[in-house]
Amino acid sequence: MATSESEPTSAGAVPAGGAPSPEEGPAPMVQMEGVVKRFGDNVVLDRLDLDVAPAEKVVIIGPSGSGKTTILRVLMTLERPEEGYVKLDGRHLYHEERSGERLVPARLRHIRDVRRNVSMVFQHFNLFPHKTVRENLTLAPRKVLGLDRSEAEERAKGLLDQYGLADKVDAYPASLSGGQKQRVAIARASMMRPKIMLFDEVTSALDPELVGEVLSVLRDLATHTEMTMLLVTHEMRFASEIADRVVMFDEGRIVEEAPPAQIFADPEEPRTKAFLHAVIDRD
Amino acid sequence: MLTTLPSVAQPTEDTTQGPSDWDWDFAREILPDLIDGMWATIQLTVVSLVVAMLLGLVLAMLRRSRLRPVRWPVGAAVEFIRSTPLLVQLYFLYFVLPTATLPDLPGLPERLVLSAFDAAVIGLGVHYACYTSESYRAGIESVDRGQWEAATALNLSAATTWRSVVLPQAIPTVIPALGNYLVAAFKDAPLASVITLAGVLTSAREIRADSFRGVEPFTVAGVLFLAVSIPAAMFVRYLERRYGYKRE
Repeated sequence: MATSESEPTSAGAVPAGGAPSPEEGPAPMVQMEGVVKRFGDNVVLDRLDLDVAPAEKVVIIGPSGSGKTTILRVLMTLERPEEGYVKLDGRHLYHEERSGERLVPARLRHIRDVRRNVSMVFQHFNLFPHKTVRENLTLAPRKVLGLDRSEAEERAKGLLDQYGLADKVDAYPASLSGGQKQRVAIARASMMRPKIMLFDEVTSALDPELVGEVLSVLRDLATHTEMTMLLVTHEMRFASEIADRVVMFDEGRIVEEAPPAQIFADPEEPRTKAFLHAVIDRD
Repeated sequence: MLTTLPSVAQPTEDTTQGPSDWDWDFAREILPDLIDGMWATIQLTVVSLVVAMLLGLVLAMLRRSRLRPVRWPVGAAVEFIRSTPLLVQLYFLYFVLPTATLPDLPGLPERLVLSAFDAAVIGLGVHYACYTSESYRAGIESVDRGQWEAATALNLSAATTWRSVVLPQAIPTVIPALGNYLVAAFKDAPLASVITLAGVLTSAREIRADSFRGVEPFTVAGVLFLAVSIPAAMFVRYLERRYGYKRE
């Protein structure tokens, strides 16, 4: 059963203006309402509701193929939902208002504008192989944020120092280890200073001995920044360390969500129990 | 063996000699004319291939458009041009197009009369653009989907994504194919002689018509083709090595 305390969401009931309801504390940084995503007959997101508060760190766990990566991909506009609403920092991502009220599908220009709030780190790094580390980091800040070369390079230097990659600034991705590549990828996304960062199984493609260096960068980001973070991961110990909330996801729906201490120690749902049992035994 | 004094464009000929008797002096004598012709052929090839490389890239990008009304007609036109002979296309551009009355649109002349060179450049350029566009398309498709996704995650514009992320990775993989089209277009360029454009083949034919000797001009023309194609192919191999890069 999906736990939902909020009022039932029928598509028509969503107010276009999106005024934050005053009784609920700070307005959510991420809001998903009734989001449906299908691949053919397969329903990957089944009327998903998920709110994430500013600066909150949410870890999404669940069996593979359960659609948890799709949540991140919808927020990054890599997959377009068939139904429902997504808001980032209070603004509709896939819709825009026409004549003050009616919501219409957004044009690319609007999507790009709202998308500035979010960036994503991938399982397979997706660094630009034909560019040096420096160029990987400075391309988007220069082209998208309009930074000049020296500003962008200074920002890059700061991040590379912080992530222990200062000597790799002129290296090409092919010469880096997996752990170094992923740290560069995290730095590249951080260069944009997004309010929301999405991490899609960022340690899954790494050799076991390289996982630690990437987790320590993530830990640093989680504790020292006000960034809202959504992470899909299989690293349960790490999740319990940094998450404010853990969301158990299966078959397109949220099965259970709770602070890590609670969900790991005493899961309520049998499916959560079974999943944690399988994962933690393997650890 | 009898020898007569060679005169300009007159072979040292004995009427009893068969046409296959090779005459070095005559070959040497006609060489400058044939080199001039070859030079015209090279110019046509290079200009046409520049057109083909630029237009082919545009066609390949249009065929990836999100809009079906853009994608579909471009795909159909490419298939049509690839399925009809270059010779017919050249004939059409030079002899048929000028006889057609164009629609009455501002800026458009009533009839479009192309010079032989322009018609040949358009014919060869568009024909080969359709081939290069397929190569570009394969090159673009060889770029990992994750690269497009990273570009989205960094909120790059479509223009920056193409220019800074996708094309720099796609084009090195296309260079060998483009190089092969360079050599193929060079060998097709003499077809332009049917629309009266001077080239190495026209030179050879004129020499034969004047001298009644075909062995030397066509052999020398063939050797000149080799003398250009082989270095061109080596140059393409060099480009492959130079602009290839290690993938992640």
